Amino acid sequence: MDSVVALWNSLPSFAHSGVFIVAVTLVLVVSVAFLTLWERKLIGWMQVRRGPNRVAIFGFLPGAGQPFADVVKLLIKEVLVPAKSSGFLFRIAPAITLIPAFATWAVMPIAPHFAIAEVDAGLLYVLSLTSVGVYGVILAGWASNSKYAFLGAMRSAAQIVAYEIAMGFALVGVLMVAGSLNLGTIVEKQSGLMWGWNWSWLFPLFMVYFISGVAETNRAPFDVAEGESEIVAGFHVEYSGIAFALFFLAEYANMILVAALTSVFFVGGWLSPLDGWISPDNFILQVPVLGLLLGNGLHWLVAKTFFFLSVFIWLRATFPRYRYDQIMRLGWKVLIPVTIVWIAVEGVMVYLKVGPWSAS
Amino acid sequence: MLVQFLFYAFAAVLLGSAFGVITSRNPVHSALYLVLAFFTSAGLWLLIEAEFLAIVLVLVYVGAVMVLFLFVVMMLDINAEEVRKGFTRYAWLGWLTVLAVAFEIVGVVVVRRMGVDVTRVPVPVAADHSNTADLGAVLYTRYVYPFELAAVLLLVAIVAAIVLTMRKRKGLKLQDINAQVATQARDRVRIIKMAAERRE
Repeated sequence: MDSVVALWNSLPSFAHSGVFIVAVTLVLVVSVAFLTLWERKLIGWMQVRRGPNRVAIFGFLPGAGQPFADVVKLLIKEVLVPAKSSGFLFRIAPAITLIPAFATWAVMPIAPHFAIAEVDAGLLYVLSLTSVGVYGVILAGWASNSKYAFLGAMRSAAQIVAYEIAMGFALVGVLMVAGSLNLGTIVEKQSGLMWGWNWSWLFPLFMVYFISGVAETNRAPFDVAEGESEIVAGFHVEYSGIAFALFFLAEYANMILVAALTSVFFVGGWLSPLDGWISPDNFILQVPVLGLLLGNGLHWLVAKTFFFLSVFIWLRATFPRYRYDQIMRLGWKVLIPVTIVWIAVEGVMVYLKVGPWSAS
Repeated sequence: MLVQFLFYAFAAVLLGSAFGVITSRNPVHSALYLVLAFFTSAGLWLLIEAEFLAIVLVLVYVGAVMVLFLFVVMMLDINAEEVRKGFTRYAWLGWLTVLAVAFEIVGVVVVRRMGVDVTRVPVPVAADHSNTADLGAVLYTRYVYPFELAAVLLLVAIVAAIVLTMRKRKGLKLQDINAQVATQARDRVRIIKMAAERRE
């Protein structure tokens, strides 16, 4: 054990980062696989069905093998490239959607005082990378040389540009609390009773951020970019096999990302809900297993992310798709004014030193 | 060593993509080359430890401006032959611009030779130094008036753009979503009491 620790400490910092990058990526890919299963199961239960229940893993857990069966199926299918498409762009588009969804995790405060890269402008990094993801969708739509794909891409582009503004403004509110663009600091500034985390003081912004997040990931009820009933499958209508699977992977990776970011920005990230009730030197935290569970840590971030992911799925099972003009109205005329008003309210709160600003 | 290698790699990609912007025949490809150019310049800025500016460059130009640019370029039906007809007509203007830019570059080099150190190599700072906080402090204290002026200018531009596009056509039918949502069943359905009628 000691020799392992010694070896680990002797490695250069880029090797540390490399190990963490590989670990985070693997965990994400596996999570995506099981998220698809969870989505189908949960929607099944909500609609009084059973969901996937055939493919078992070695005879246990019926349904749990479904994601792997899907992956194998998609891998052995043929990848078709339309004859008049723009070949290079057509092939590179799925990668462009996928890479930002994973790269953003570099600045995610995964555990107390730990992120792969402690970037001071972390929040801006997150915003800029998520906005790069839209290129994959636009390029896929354009390079396919198909009307349906093109319409889907145009819808997606307009939608993402609109909701990015609301998203950015919502994060300005988070900035005003934390006084820092560093995601780790944003979490630490929230420490205290769970009623005092950002979600309560910034409740409208929390709602706006989550709704914009759903819209940014092109999930129902904002999934007009792929609207099956109107434009078949939207931007990825010409994709098959594993190229389609990459878009699928990117969508779910983006969902996980938005859920994790919502928990970091508004519900305390890795902070335990008991934080503030029990002091850090309380005897309960010294109890072997219980102490770890009740204390701050990675598992709280995972639990909160899982909760928000389930809300994503719940929304999909509940709401019909928005009409396109309604999406634009919601983005520009409802969400953006709400954020601007609340930033002004926050300014007053800062001036009067109430809420999170009372200490300073 | 690594930094130098990265600098030349980024610079090569930047020049290549900038060249691609003007040489590619397809306007969408031009726009995409421009995106690549912005990205690589962001990489170059990262190398001189201006991480805030680099990220903002990606956020504003790649994430917003170029998306809208692509949006428009993809919808336009540009006939490349038609555009190329004007090539010789406007060539003198292009040459003039090239000469002006070349003159400026040479000027910078010459000024440097004359002892004014305009292209100073930035001094490396400690790893915990916050570029973002520095920039904020300068922007909101020393340059607060130019900064606010720029903000007002942008606001005026936004208002102007909205005013230009907002015109009410006569007879235009619009949906009033509030009215739609506020509708009650009795506004749509009228229940009438009437005596039963025999079918003929």
